[in-house]
Amino acid sequence: MSGQSQRLTVVPTVTMLGIMKARLVGATRGHALLKKKSDALTVQFRQILKNIVTTKESMGDVMKTSSFALTEAKYVAGENIKHIVLENVQTASLKVRSRQENIAGVKLPKFEYFTEGDTKNALTGLARGGQQVQLCRAAYIKAIELLVELASLQTSFLTLDEAIKTTNRRVNALENVVKPRLENTITYIKGELDELEREDFFRLKKIQGYKKREMERQLASAKQFAEEQVAEKISLQKGISISSAHTLLSAEGGKDEDIIF
Amino acid sequence: MAGRAQIRTNNSALIAMIADEDTITGFLLAGVGNVDLRRKTNYLIVDSKTTVKQIEDAFNDFTSKDDIGIVLISQYIANMIRFVVDSYNKPIPAILEIPSKDHPYDPAHDSVLSRVKHLFSSESVASDRR
Repeated sequence: MSGQSQRLTVVPTVTMLGIMKARLVGATRGHALLKKKSDALTVQFRQILKNIVTTKESMGDVMKTSSFALTEAKYVAGENIKHIVLENVQTASLKVRSRQENIAGVKLPKFEYFTEGDTKNALTGLARGGQQVQLCRAAYIKAIELLVELASLQTSFLTLDEAIKTTNRRVNALENVVKPRLENTITYIKGELDELEREDFFRLKKIQGYKKREMERQLASAKQFAEEQVAEKISLQKGISISSAHTLLSAEGGKDEDIIF
Repeated sequence: MAGRAQIRTNNSALIAMIADEDTITGFLLAGVGNVDLRRKTNYLIVDSKTTVKQIEDAFNDFTSKDDIGIVLISQYIANMIRFVVDSYNKPIPAILEIPSKDHPYDPAHDSVLSRVKHLFSSESVASDRR
């Protein structure tokens, strides 16, 4: 994977290493929190799913009941009730109100219905079939109640679905892109720092060796100088040339080491 | 959250309807109907003379209005403009497919319910395995 080998372009310093480590900690914590959020949303989501399925199934029954009630009303009050109802429409007395519900930071809409003012259909079917018309009306209000509930469930479902997708995308992005990248950066910085340390060590070693050699050279030259000094002294004392004094010295030295008895 | 549509809190919204005459009559009797100043209704009665274009226009009109909270649409009518219904993805107004008297309700066609069923079955399979 190309994302695996990526790292941020940073200057490998100790400060940067600290910053990167802090960012990694932040990313880890964010990942854990988002994961929790995603889990909470999923729990809610499943609950809504169950509710939707049961409500949808009961919707069929309720709609059948209300259709049947309408047929009854039509039978009793006559076919022209349709036209009376259609002509009587002015302002809605039954409306919905939406409010928000907060679940793990996701705002879900909730609908609830309410009646407002007087319905114009109170006198419909006064001549005949009034009771059936009112029954039919009650049945349809019941259907509306169920449908409003279903609508809020369905809207919650869509919103939650979207929210879960976004959250999961973020969780995966943190897990698979941001965190590896930070980790790669940290290893890169650590590697570079180690390299620098090794270089430093090597340089110190080199300098140490150089100093040692210099010291030996100086020691050797000092020794030679002392020897020459001694030879000069001997030559002055014994009245011989410097070169014979040297041989005398070396012969003395040789005598000490070589002769056993 | 740039992609997500904002949810408005509206303390008075209407219920719009696209359905056959009987269903509309029933809901009007319950007091859902509304006629605005320009004599525009919040419902569309679909009969044999209504064209698909009219339904589509009404659907787009209802979904773009901000005083409508829920749009009820008969399933057989939703099937006529299935591509419009499926491409609609805003949370408000909520689209609800309802059964009508002459056409039995088929859960397989419902855009939301098909998704619900899909998720539900996969999850129940997963829970069985557990």
